Parts: sequence; C-alpha cells; structure tokens
Amino acid sequence: MDWNLLITQLLNGLQLGLLLFLLASGLTLIFGIMDFINLSHGSFYMIGAYFCGSVVAKTGSFLAGVLLGLVGMFIVGALVEWFIARKLYRSDHLDHVLVTFGLILIFDTLVHMIWGASGMAIPLPDTLNGQITLGSLVFPVYRTLIIAAGLLVAAILFVLVTRTRLGMLIRAGASNRNMVEALGININRLFLVVFALGAAMAGLAGMLIAPITEASIGMGNDIIIVAFVVVIVGGIGSIKGAFYAALILGLIDTMSRSYLDVVLNLAMPVAYAETAAPALSAMLIYILMAAVLAFRPQGLFPPAGMK
Amino acid sequence: MNWLPQTVSGRVYAAILLLLAPAPLLFEWANQPFYLDLLSRALILAIAVVSLNLILGFGGMVSLGHAAYIGIGAYCVGIPSYYDYYNGWLHLALALSVSASFALVTGAISLRTKGVYFIMITMAFSQMVYFTFLSLEEYGADDGLVIYSRSEFPQWMTMESSASLYYWIFALLLLSLFFVHRLVHSRFGRVIVGSRFNEARMQALGFDTYRYRLTCYVISAMICSLAGVLLGNFTGFISPDMIGWARSGELIFMVIIGGTGTFFGPLVGTIVFVMLEEFLSLITVYWHLIFGVMLVALVLFGKGGIHGWLSLLDRKRDEHG
Repeated sequence: MDWNLLITQLLNGLQLGLLLFLLASGLTLIFGIMDFINLSHGSFYMIGAYFCGSVVAKTGSFLAGVLLGLVGMFIVGALVEWFIARKLYRSDHLDHVLVTFGLILIFDTLVHMIWGASGMAIPLPDTLNGQITLGSLVFPVYRTLIIAAGLLVAAILFVLVTRTRLGMLIRAGASNRNMVEALGININRLFLVVFALGAAMAGLAGMLIAPITEASIGMGNDIIIVAFVVVIVGGIGSIKGAFYAALILGLIDTMSRSYLDVVLNLAMPVAYAETAAPALSAMLIYILMAAVLAFRPQGLFPPAGMK
Repeated sequence: MNWLPQTVSGRVYAAILLLLAPAPLLFEWANQPFYLDLLSRALILAIAVVSLNLILGFGGMVSLGHAAYIGIGAYCVGIPSYYDYYNGWLHLALALSVSASFALVTGAISLRTKGVYFIMITMAFSQMVYFTFLSLEEYGADDGLVIYSRSEFPQWMTMESSASLYYWIFALLLLSLFFVHRLVHSRFGRVIVGSRFNEARMQALGFDTYRYRLTCYVISAMICSLAGVLLGNFTGFISPDMIGWARSGELIFMVIIGGTGTFFGPLVGTIVFVMLEEFLSLITVYWHLIFGVMLVALVLFGKGGIHGWLSLLDRKRDEHG
C-alpha cells in the first residue's frame, strides 16, 4: 500500500470537503432560515472566481483579489436578495427552483458578456506555487492554504454563530422563523445579511479553487448539486451538520475515486471492478443522500429545536 | 356550432392540433425540412413535458429529475441497437419496463419525502442515472453513442422517413394527451389531485395516497420514456448530456410557460420554448440571458403561463358579453 498516496488523497478529500463547506454553509442557512431553494448559489461561486481573477489581473495581488472579491460578492448577494429572493420567500418551492434556474442562465450569460467565453486563469504568487516536503510526502503549498483558509472560515463562522447576537438570531431563525419575527426582530435585515454572507462564502470557495482549475462559465453548476447533497445530509439549517457532512462527502468522493476499484476487486474479477468502480464512486454521495432521506429525513445533525 | 370549443384557449389548442396534423405535408410542400425537424423535436419534448405535468401540475410532485426517464428511453434504443437488435417492439418494451421498474424503486423512496426533499431526491436519482451512463465506457461514456438505424416496425408503421417518424411522434403525443386527460378525470385522478391540495383529508377519506401517488409517478415515468425512445430515434445520437439536471430544469420551465396543471399547456409551452430557443439563438449568442429574464418575469408576474393568459381573454369576453 502506498501510504504517501493515501495521505495525499486524504488531504485532497479534506480540501474538497472544506470547499463544499464554504458553499454549503451559506446554502444551508438560506435554506433553513428563509426556506428558500437557491439553485443559483453556484453562480456566486463562479462570479467570485471571476471577480478575484479580474482584481489579480489588475493589481497582481492574490490577497487583494480575495478581499475585494469578498466585498463584491457580499454586494452581489445583497442585490439578489433585495430585488429577487425577497419577493419569493412566501411562494412555493417550485417558484424558487424556476427563478433561481433563470438566474443561473442570466449570470452565466452576463459572465460570458463581460469576461468572454473562454476561461480565466488566475496566476499565483511564487510563494504559493511551491511544494511542501515532509519526508517522502510532497503536497502543494497552495492546497495547504485552501485547507487552512477553509478551517479558518469554519472557525470564524462557528464563533459568529455560537457567540454573537447575529449568530443567536441566525440559529433562532433556522429553528423557528415565525417566533423570531414575533419577538420583534427585523427579519428582513437578518435575511439580507445571511444571504449576502452566504454569497460571499460561496464566492470565496470559487476564488480559492480558481487558481487550480481556472474560472469558467458554469463552473458552479455541478458542484452546487453536491453542495445541496451536503445540506440535505447534514440537516437543513445546520452549520454543524454542513461541516461534518461536507467533510464526510469530500472524503468519500475523493477516496472512492482512487480506492473503490481495489475494494471491489476483493469481491469480483478485475474487469468488472474496473467498470463498476467509476460509476459507483460517482454515485456514492447520491446513494448516501437517498439513504439519509429515506431513513433520517431531517438529516444527520438537524438544528436544535427543529421537529 | 356547438361542437366548436367554447373558450378562446380551447379554440387555440384545437387550431394548433389541426395545424400539427398535416405538418409534414406542409413543410414538404414549402421545401423546409429543417422546420419539420424542429417541430419533431418540440413534439418529442412535449410528450416528456406532458408526463412531467401529470405529476407536477396535477399531482403536485415537483420532480427535478424527469430527464432521467428520457435518457432511459433513449438508451433502451441505443444499447440494443449497439448489439444489432433493431426490433422496435423490443425497444418499446424495454423502455417501458426499465423506466417503470426504476420509477417504482426510486419513487417508493422519494415519495416518503415532501416538498424540498422530494425535489432534491428526484434530482439525486437522476444524477445517479447520469453518472451511470457517463461511466459506461462500452456505450461511449460522455462521447455518447451513435444509433445507425431507426427502430424497426412492420412496413405500415415504419419510422424510417422524417414524415413517418413525425406521425409516430404526433400519434404518441395525442395518445399521451388523451391518456392523461382520461386519467385525471377518472376516480384515480381525483385522488391524485385531491392529495395535492390536502393529503391528510384524502387519507382521512380512506385513500392510501402513497400508493396512488406512486402509481401516478410510475405512469408518468413510462410516458416520459416513450419520449426518450422517440428522441433516440430522431437524433440518432444519445449521450449522458440528455440527463443532466439542467435538462430536467428546462422541462419544468416548459410546463410553466404553458401553464401547470392544464391539458394542452405543456404542448404549447414546449413548442414556444423550442421555437424561442431556436430563433433567439439565431439572433444573439447571449440568448440565455433573454431566457433567464423571461423565466424570472414569468414567475414573478405572469402566473398561469400561456393557458392562464388565454383564460384571461375568456374572462374579459364573459364580462363584456
């Protein structure tokens, strides 16, 4: 067994999990508090990457790209909430699906109009381009940074949600929105902040991945589905659930892609295992979600006080 | 003139059906084979949209994974053809039975959930189908699979030429419209519609609503697989791309344009969608933007879709008359 490969894959799984968490944490709050399905959350991921790329191209500083990108995404999120999402909180879920599906089309085309059809590569400063060597293990500096940034944001979010007044309102909103409103809280402002915050975090995920994959149109449309799986598995409205579910799914996805054929090989001939493994590994997270929905529909870690 | 439809919407739909019937002759006369292709594609999708409307519009089951059944139907043509089995009856039987079994299993799980969860779980199951076909190297994986010859039927009902395929499509469309109409007006349909409005009350009346809804879901999937069989034959090329979740989103979009829970709305909505897609993409590469804005506006302001607007005309006329 190649232990270096195993550790590298574990780190890759952790990285994917943390990116998923950045996407899913906003999604789960918007879902849990406003009861709003936002399919276009993946567009925030894409726009974040393009914002960051544009700033990097102008200033040459990746840090400036991320910081200005975050501000930009907060504004984009606030605008979408103000002009569109707000009008829909009381309609049914079908309307949410339709409008946010429309928003995906709009955002994809706007990006096409502004930045062109081809992707945008984001160059990294030399300091981030190297490799970390630990004994015989080699891991890129930048991927380590993604993991560190993901953990940092998770920690900040944890403090925000458990230790501040805003966090208290967010938790209360996820458990029982009507009660929060009845207690005289300005629920509209809370919604606006949560939505914009979620957009900024989705944008951050896009900014972090773009130097590896480059920013491209529709880059968020696949990962957003996985983020939804995270939200459902973790329990709608639960930050803690989103965190654990994101890590679990990130690891399952990465590990099954590299090791499932080996495992299947124990039970069936090589030829079958090599055919079945890729299909099964791609389906694994959906199978997990279907199982959770069938046997524990409220998710693995539902927010406190939810029935 | 009592046999004429009494409403504006009814007359519009009757006119559309009358125009659709001789379409191959009209387009051949005008020497415009391209438009026959366009219309064929629209009507194939219309069958899928009619089936989606059965569960979404009448049953209130919002499925974001209905494109999976188009894919299943299409691969039930593609995979046998790959092994030189071109018998059309075999293709149809396979498509109907595979889609029914898949719908029975996934529906049994999905229908235990409600609302958002149902939307997400149907999407998850369709993603599973998507990834299955994506990883089947033998059948082309993401490059897709070319079908070299159409399904074979007895001479009098062949689908070899564009015109004969069109009549296949048109006939199956009429059949599914008629079937859905009969179904919704039957006792079974009343239970389905009733459990959309108030499931608890239907249960209190003694109906096992879960079983009714599951049956409805399976029927809808089977109709949708017919659209897949036709699509596979029409394009002669199938790929997992037909199944992606965005495809399912488009199907819902088509239902909404026409008007949910109406009989002809899905047909009109699909034709409008396909025509708009075709002509807007000729005008500008940014046509998705127009589509997106339309979709948002339709939900925010245009309740009821085309059927809703046509009914509005009826109400105006009634007020004046």
